[in-house]
Order: sequence, then C-alpha cells, then structure tokens
Amino acid sequence: MASNNNSSDRQRIAQQRLSRIAAHLHKHEDGNSGIIAKECKIDATGSTEENKGTVPRKRQEIMKWNGWGYSDSKFLFNKKGQAEFTGKRYRLSGMTLPSLQDWFENTFGASVKHKSPATPVLNASVVPPPRLNEAFVENLKATGIPFSNEAEDRVFRAHGHCLHEIFALREGKKFERVPDMVVWPNCHNDVVKIVELACKHNVCLIPYGGGTSVTSALECPPEETRCIVSLDTSQMNRILWLDENNLVAHVEAGIIGQDLERLLNESGYCTGHEPDSMEFSSLGGWVATRASGMKKNVYGNIEDLVIHIKAVTPRGVIEKSCQGPRTSTGPDIHHFILGSEGTLGVVTEVTMKIRPIPEYQKYGSVVFPKFEAGVACLREVAKQRCAPASIRLMDNKQFHFGHALKPQVSSIFTHFVEGLKKFYITKLKGFDPHQLVVATLLFEGDRERVLQHEKQVYDIAATFGGLAAGEDNGQRGYLLTFVIAYLRDLGMDYCVVAESFETSVPWDRVLDLCQNVKERIIRECKERGVQFQPLTSCRVTQTYDSGACIYFYFAFNYRGLADPVHTYEQVEHAAREEILANGGSLSHHHGVGKLRKEWMKDSISNVGVGMLKSVKEYVDPENIFGNRNLL
Amino acid sequence: KACTPNYSPGRGWPCFNTDPMLKRDCFEDILEERRNSSDLKYALRCYAPVLYKGVTPCKANMLKNIVLQSDQLHYVINQVSQESGEAPDIIQEEASVILEEMAHRLQISTVRCFAFALSKAFKTLFQHVCVNEEGIQRLQQAIQEHPVVLLPSHRSYMDFLLMSYILYTYDLALPVIAAGMDFMGMKFVGEMLRMSGAFFIRRSFGGDKLYWAVFSEYVKTMLRNGFAPIEFFLEGTRSRTCKSLTPKLGLLNIVIEPFFKGEVFDVNLVPVSISYERILEESLYARELLGVPKPKESTSGLLKARRILSEDYGSIHVYFGQPVSVRSLAQGKVNRSTYNLFPRHIPRKPMEETQSFVNDTAYRIVRLQEDNMVLKPWVLMASLLLQNLEGLELSVLTEQTVWLRGLALSYAAFLDWPDQAPTAKVVSSSLALHRGLACVSGDRVSLVVGEPLGPVTPEEALFNRAVSVLSCASYRNQVLHVFLRPAMLAVAMHTAASSKKNEVYNCFSFLWDMFSNDFILCPGDTVQDFEEACYLLVKTGAVQMPQQDIVMTDIGQPTLSFFNGLLEPFLQGYQVVCRYLCEEASEGLTEKQYIPAVRSFAVKLILAGNLRCYEVLSSDMQKNALAALLRGKLPTQKALLARL
Repeated sequence: MASNNNSSDRQRIAQQRLSRIAAHLHKHEDGNSGIIAKECKIDATGSTEENKGTVPRKRQEIMKWNGWGYSDSKFLFNKKGQAEFTGKRYRLSGMTLPSLQDWFENTFGASVKHKSPATPVLNASVVPPPRLNEAFVENLKATGIPFSNEAEDRVFRAHGHCLHEIFALREGKKFERVPDMVVWPNCHNDVVKIVELACKHNVCLIPYGGGTSVTSALECPPEETRCIVSLDTSQMNRILWLDENNLVAHVEAGIIGQDLERLLNESGYCTGHEPDSMEFSSLGGWVATRASGMKKNVYGNIEDLVIHIKAVTPRGVIEKSCQGPRTSTGPDIHHFILGSEGTLGVVTEVTMKIRPIPEYQKYGSVVFPKFEAGVACLREVAKQRCAPASIRLMDNKQFHFGHALKPQVSSIFTHFVEGLKKFYITKLKGFDPHQLVVATLLFEGDRERVLQHEKQVYDIAATFGGLAAGEDNGQRGYLLTFVIAYLRDLGMDYCVVAESFETSVPWDRVLDLCQNVKERIIRECKERGVQFQPLTSCRVTQTYDSGACIYFYFAFNYRGLADPVHTYEQVEHAAREEILANGGSLSHHHGVGKLRKEWMKDSISNVGVGMLKSVKEYVDPENIFGNRNLL
Repeated sequence: KACTPNYSPGRGWPCFNTDPMLKRDCFEDILEERRNSSDLKYALRCYAPVLYKGVTPCKANMLKNIVLQSDQLHYVINQVSQESGEAPDIIQEEASVILEEMAHRLQISTVRCFAFALSKAFKTLFQHVCVNEEGIQRLQQAIQEHPVVLLPSHRSYMDFLLMSYILYTYDLALPVIAAGMDFMGMKFVGEMLRMSGAFFIRRSFGGDKLYWAVFSEYVKTMLRNGFAPIEFFLEGTRSRTCKSLTPKLGLLNIVIEPFFKGEVFDVNLVPVSISYERILEESLYARELLGVPKPKESTSGLLKARRILSEDYGSIHVYFGQPVSVRSLAQGKVNRSTYNLFPRHIPRKPMEETQSFVNDTAYRIVRLQEDNMVLKPWVLMASLLLQNLEGLELSVLTEQTVWLRGLALSYAAFLDWPDQAPTAKVVSSSLALHRGLACVSGDRVSLVVGEPLGPVTPEEALFNRAVSVLSCASYRNQVLHVFLRPAMLAVAMHTAASSKKNEVYNCFSFLWDMFSNDFILCPGDTVQDFEEACYLLVKTGAVQMPQQDIVMTDIGQPTLSFFNGLLEPFLQGYQVVCRYLCEEASEGLTEKQYIPAVRSFAVKLILAGNLRCYEVLSSDMQKNALAALLRGKLPTQKALLARL
C-alpha cells in the first residue's frame, strides 16, 4: 500500500501546484491579455518534482502491469462470494455488488469456484534482452532526455489492451519482441532531437501515449531487427497556453484526458472530449487514431476539435502557419496526421477548442419495450438534430448487465421504490423484462435549456413507446463504460474472455447489423467448440445525421478450450467480416492498428492504399516510425 | 376438440436404400393412422406449430399493410407516378388492388376442411402416402432458426395440397404458396386455395414495374417476418414429361435477396421430392404434349375429374431434403458488401455474380430434388418396354428388370423395391397397377393402345399409339437423372471417331450442350459430369480406361447398348427437328407455326415408315430441340446432322 500513499501524496502536491497555476491564470484574465503563454522548459533532470500529470514515468507504480487501470482498483469475489470493487477512486469503489455473482454465473455458465488466476509478477526471464544501438544511446545520453531499458518499463510499453495481449501477460507467456528501450521526452524539442537521432542511427521509434490501444497498434513487429525505442509522451503533459478570446488551448500531446479536463476545469473550461478511455488515453493518441468522445453531439469528435497540430516526422516538423477556423488550402494536412496511428511521426502539440464548463448537467434514461423501438427513437432524435450531449441505447443484455452492477441498497425504502418501478414497467406497462432496452441520456447547458431539451427528447421517446426511467439508470449506464475494462479482468480470473469492438453504419442497417453480428458470433462459437452460450451485447453509442456508431461486447466462458485466445480471435474475425458484409465500417474510432490491416484494401480501395503509401514513403522513407500499423 | 400435440405415426415403413454410401431416411406412411382413426377428430385437433424464433406471426391483413407502407413500394410508386404522370395516390390504389388480388388469406378453418376432405380423398386414391420423418424433424428445426423456403418438385396439381396436408399433419407451420393466376379462375376453389395459403401471381408481368414491386415486396415481407415458410415450384409449372424442368429464377432471386442485403441472417432452402407411383394426370399430359390443349381450370372440370377417384394410384413418396443454407452456399461466391453502396429499398437488377450464383443454386436444388425422387420397379420396366415397342416376353422382361435394378442401385438410385416379394410378383403387380399402359397377352408384354370406337384413320391410330408411348415415356423419364451422365458417355463412345479420351470428351461435351434444355445439367459442370460418368461406368465394369483411352469391356455390351437405347428417342427427335428445319422450314417461320409444322412433318415420316420414334411428336421435345439450336450457332445444325 506504500505506493498508494506515494501516489496520493503526489496528487496532493500536484493539486497545490494546479491551484497556484489557476490563480495565475485568473490574474491574467483580469489584465486584458487573454493569452497566457508558457515557455517550453527543458527538464534536463527529469525529476518527478516537475511532473504534475497523473502518469509517472514508472507507470507500473500506480497501474496494473497485466490488466486495466489503477493497481488499487479491481473487482473481486470476496469470501462470501459477493462481488466488490476495491479502492477509493470510483463511485463503485468500496461497495459490494450483490447481484453480480448470479449474473456472472448465469450468463456465462461460469462458477466462482473455477479460478484462472494471473501470474502475479513479471518474470524477467520471459523478456528478451534489449538490442541496444550503442551510438544512439550515447547520443541520447548527451541530450539529457531520460530513458530506461529495464524489463518492466519495456514490457509495459509492448502492448495495448487487446484480449490476446492481456491474456498473454496474465499467463506469463514469453514475449517475442518488446521495445528495447523507453524514452521520456519532456517537450517538443526533445522529440525533435530523438527523431533526429533515430534517423541518424536507424532506430525504430514507436510513439506511446496512454497505452489504451485495442488494435494491436503498440505491438512490436516481430520481424523488426533494429533497436526499437518506445517514445513515451506521458511527461509532455502541460497546457502551454489558453486563449479565451478564441476559446482555444495549446496543449502538449502527451496529456491524458482526465488531466486535461481537470486543468481546464480549474480555469472554468473543458474540451468536452470524453472517450470512454479518457482516464488514461492521451491527446496525441486521440489525434493519431481519430478518437471520438461520448459528448461529440455538443463538442464534436477529435477532428472537429483540433485547430492546429504540430508533429515531428523524419522529414521534419509539420504544422500550419495560422489558426484559421477553416481553410481552403488543398487537402487538409491535418488529415494525414489524424488517424496515422504513429506511422508518420509523433504529435507533440495540439491547439484545440475549449468551451466554458456547462452550467448544468443532467442524466436521464428512457425504457423502450424493444430494441427496434429504441433505435427508431434515436433515429428520430438524430433526424430532428436534437441529440443531447450523449444518447446511447443499450440492448436488453446490457441493461441486465448494468443492473447486476447495482450496489447493495442500504435502506428498505429504496428497495421498495426499486420494486415499485419494476412493477410499473413490467406489469402495468407490459414491458417484457427480456425484451426491454434502455437509452441513457446526458444533457448539458444552461438549466432552462437543458430542461427544455429534456422535454423535447422525452416527447419524441414517448411516440416510440419510451418511458422516462430516471436519472439513476442513466448514470449507471455511463458508469458501466468506465468499469467495463476492470470487469474484463474479473472475468479473466474466472475463465471468461471478453472484448469489445465497434463500427459505424447507416441508419437503415443498424438493426440488421446488430442482429446478424450477434447471430454470427453465437454460430461461430458453437462451431468452434465453445461449450457455453457466449454473451453478445450491443449498444448504439453515437448518432449522426446519416447513421450510428455501434459498440459490441462479446464474452464467453472458455473452459474446455485448448486455445481460448485463438478461438476468440477467429470469432472476432468472423464478426468483423459480418460487419463489413452488412454495411458497417472497419472502425468508427478504435482504429485499424495491425488487427484490422487485412481489410484496409477493401475498405479504401487500392488507390486509397497507394495514396497513403506514397505519403508514408515521402515522410518516412526509412520506416523510422516502424510500428507497421494501418498499411 | 381432440388435442394430440404430437402426431404419432403408424408402423415403420421399410428402408429400401441399399447403397451404404448414401444415407437416406426411412419413410412413414401417414395414411395408416388415417385409416385407423377419425378424420373429423384429425381435422379438428389442436394445431400449434413451432414458429420462427418463437415470434407470433402477424395477421394476413397486417402483412398487407406492411407491404403497402414499405419504402420499397413507395419508391416504385413514385417512380411509376413520375413516368406515367398519374398521381401517387392513384398508383398506390393500384398497388393495393394488385395486392388484394394476390394475397393469401390463410385461415385455419379452411385448412381443417381440406384436412378432412383430403384425408377421405387420399385414402380412396392412394395405397400409401409416405413421408421421411427425419426430414420433417430437420424442417421443424430449420423453421425455428431461419426463414424457410420449401421447393417441391411439380408433377401434379396434387402437389401443393399434399404439401400443406403433410405440414398440417406434422403440426408444422403451413406454407404460403405461390400459385399461378389460372387457379383463381376456378370460382369457389380459387378462394378455398387462397384461404389455405395460396397467393396468386400472374403468369407473365415482364414490364409491369408496379406489379413486380408489389409481388416481390409481398414475398420478402413474409420471409423477413418469418410469417410462414414460403413455397413455390422452381420448375415454374408442372412437368408434363416427369423430367425435371429447367428452373425459373424469378422467385428464387426474390427469396435470396434479403440475405444478400443483410435483412436476414440466412435463408434455408428445402428441396422436397414428391414421387407418384401413378400420376393422376398421366394421359392428360400425353394428350397435351401431342397438341390437344389443356382443359381450362374450372370447378366443373374438377368435378368431372371425380371418376379418377375410382382408380388405384399406388403410393406417393414425399422426401424432405436436407435444408440448404444460402449463407453457406454463397460463402466465397458472392461478396455481400457490394450491396453497401446502394440504398436497399431501391430495386436493382442483380449483379452478374449474384445472377450466376442464383442460377447455380437453382440447378443444385433441382438436382437434389431428383436425387431423392423415389423410383418404382415400373419405372425400370417402362424403360425396357420403350426399347422394345413391339413387346417382349414376360420372362425376358422380368430378367432384364432385375438386371436393371442392380445397375440402378449401383448408380445410387432411390429405388423402392419390395425386398421380401419374389421378383415375378413385383413385376406382375406393377403391370397390374399400370394395366392402362401395358398388357400381358399370352407370354408377351406390350404397350396398350387405346381402342377407339368406330373406324380410324391412320393418323388417329398413330395418335393413339403416341399417347401410350408418351405416357410410358413419362415413367422412363423418372429414371433418366440416374442414368443420364453414363448414358451420354455411352452415346459419346458410340459416336466418337476414336476411343481417345479427348475425342470422347468432345462428343460428350457436344451432347451435354445439346441436351441442356431437356435435362438438368448444372451450368459449367461438363467436366465434372464427364468424370462422374466415367467413374460410374468403370465402377460397374462396363468400361475400362487404359491411359488416355476409354474402351468397352467384355461385359460392357448390355449396359452400353441399354444406355444407347435410352437416349435414342432424344437423338432421333433432335434429328427430325433438324431435318425439318433444313428441308421444309420456310423463312419467317413463327414460333406458333413451328410446333404444328414439325409435328405434321414427323407424322408424315412415321406414316411413310421412315421413322419409328413417336416421342418426336411431343411438343416438349420439339421446343427443347429448337431451343438447343437457337442457343448454338448456325453451323451447329449441320454439325448435329452430320454427327448423328
């Protein structure tokens, strides 16, 4: 628990510093300047004193090396068989979840008696020794940029959060290839130096932001014989300036979502960009993968939010000359960087839009008798362009999943009210509990407008048979997205493997796609000898004028299977084929990485691939950024 | 009401398949129970079929509304409105009228009436109605999982009544059946059929966009909603010859499209083979083929047909084949994502890839129907009698029938041969059942020629003889699919200039192309069929294949000459057509004139003693021969003449 204290200490110090910065900012605001600039300091010592972000260089000190999130937070089944969530960080932390065990055992045919525990610590012998490029190391030392070639640091940056990656870590499998060293630049200029040295010594660079990739994008290509250097941007985490006249902030790309929001909140602003991974994912990562946040209806996706990108490539630094809100200057060069997945260079600084923190926020939820009705409602909301900051539709399975996460109810009264609600919906309104679905809503804005907006949305919902089901249900829906990755670790402790994947699809194909993909998964599992019915669940997470984003959860109990990961991969592959055959896209926001490379040609045509190749060829002819994603 | 949730069948029917390679199901006689218990009780019993994914199907009226309000139909209505200048409302009204005329009104009470009446009728007409129950179980499973399309063979008017009767008997969802509009002309019966699940489509509506849109959307809506299994006849019409007909693709395209568009996960096609020991329409068909027009369907006509009730029509075998998953068939053949870039509700001509897939599928299904057709001993006897039109001794016939049985079995024919009975008994009871076609006088078996009253002209005598020959041929035709490929090889060996495999193959390939209207030959399968033919002839010892040659063995003579004889009428028929076209046909011959003209040409040849083949008088053969010639280039005519 010592590290725990350490980190909370560090947080306290950071907090103090932040309030000082905030005061500083306010002073400038009073003075008429409106623009606060910070110089790029070069932190030659690399001392943690200067680090005000959540992520330390030694990530493993606060985060799990073989699972999701903070070391102190995890689900477990206690001695009584009841599930609880440890730690203090989340709303669910410290609570027991009495219905989770039943749900878990019934859904998967699993048992809390069948444990499949993970290897507790990293065995250094499974890590290949670093292949260092001595000349590069020498030169790097001279710059004073901190680096490491310790096994733990290297292994931490050898993976993202794909099922096969986490599974291999838990099993203590031997690694084929991991980065040979890790560097921690402190600012743009550090990155320029590193890239120059890498080019000079022919070293392979793999940018590393939050490490939350789920596309095998961080996997080191096994065929790479050069020294692989993981370029960890986590220490480039400052807001360099904030421009209130134009409502933009200039931010170092290594900052992670939660820090960015917290820092901006202190000045009364936010970006409103909240991908489900925002606790850990970084600004540079968002740009590199074309991320999407749950509140994109109000704030836009990452491509709508960025005003200016600065990136370091082997050819030099790429950036624009102005911050015009829109330009007609040929194809937008930002779009070469957005979604480039670390194949062209490192994003170092980003100017992005900011908004004043909304005055009022309200969750909500609507219950529909059937998934079809819910989709029709979301379609109508999109048609009328009145989507709240977030609107999501969970299918019946996910609704039950969400309910299994209800903490123990303390008062008899709440229990009674819950019972009454259930009675009202299922008995009086005749909703079938095995059919009903729930849409979760999040409204933002000034109070009056929110209430007005809320009414408008509920009125539309009513025409599709939807019943308002309270704020609590709504909030719990969003909670699920933050703890789902923790829950996967729990599943893996008990022989259940799970993963999520996403797509985007035109409105008229939403229902058919959901239906067919689920059926395909069930069928493939059966054919591949999975002995228990898999969980397949989906939700519509984003609405657009012409279509929606669909997010699937897929999990199964792997007892009796020789190679569960391989089986899992075959099923996921089949599911993706099904998605593509049903008019879905290769990815809405996760990206392509190496996991979905094989479908790129079909997705963007041969000419399209050729265009991307020629850009790569010009920008990085020596393949310094050699993670081999995308193409 | 008597409530028997599960139909309990009578005593097991013996399995009669002797080829261990081919697993076929056993049959149960569903009439047995009917003979032992009340038909009324049966008609009134509780009927609760399992449904697609357990959903309750909507009412027939709801179905119409869904169709009329569909995007698909609206799109076409607007299109037609723009083209014709009529207001969309009026077109919409037209659509609604078309749908009203088309739609079924499936009603369980009507089905119960039919169940009662058909029980009575079947018991009088037939000895047994046999069904493979394992097939029924597979069907039941399939109905719950995927939309099901029933594709029965079509030999008789009986077919679709029989299908619904069987599904009712086994407590399965009653199908909706695509029927030709001509039935609707039968006042009362048309409506009865409509209420038992038939929907009526015009025989031709080529250019009518609106009709097509209503029709296809109606069928697709039933499929997508899992309203009921959809049933139609791939062959399009009853086969008058008992040969399977070249499949029609229109409806098959419609039922497969929802899969390509991702509207359903899969579609299951279930081939059903209905084999009649004696077809009710036997001599009607022969007359029709000879140019006597078919009687218009009318209720009074049906009543007149009552006299058929007094005859024995043997047994019926209905075999429900393995459901064929369209998804598995299409795997790797059709890229569904090509449908991604076009709105799904806009009608569009299927892409080439899709068209050839559907065509291929149709042929495969018809072949599956053929494979599971049950053949009676009489079918073999008819094949032999037709090669000996002057008649042959009973003992010889018996001996040859036994020989042919062995051959048929080694070619995996689905032969219903009573194992326990002595051969003589089998032959004599077959002759008894078909006494209208063959008779034994003294020791000789020969075809019966109808005795007309009064004096006859030579043409009339010829006509009567032709009726017998064509009726008999309709039985021989049932076994053709078993022997077709080896028989074509036998003919090819006979015609080829040398025994070189190449040469023989060229001949085979020529025959294959020429006969592809007459027989079910899957497009592109020439090589495969050739290899199959070689394999079968080698397997039965009729042929050897040293190096690059194909040669007859010492014991191959009977087999090869039987096969040559089997196809002889077809070869002669095609030859006559060619001769007619070369010698007699004038410029500007219309299709209408063609059939009577070629017929009288053939009649002249026969009367002059220059032709002994009566089958060329069949309009079916004449049409197929013409189609083959039209398909080929002009030189083919000469090539054909030269070769034969």
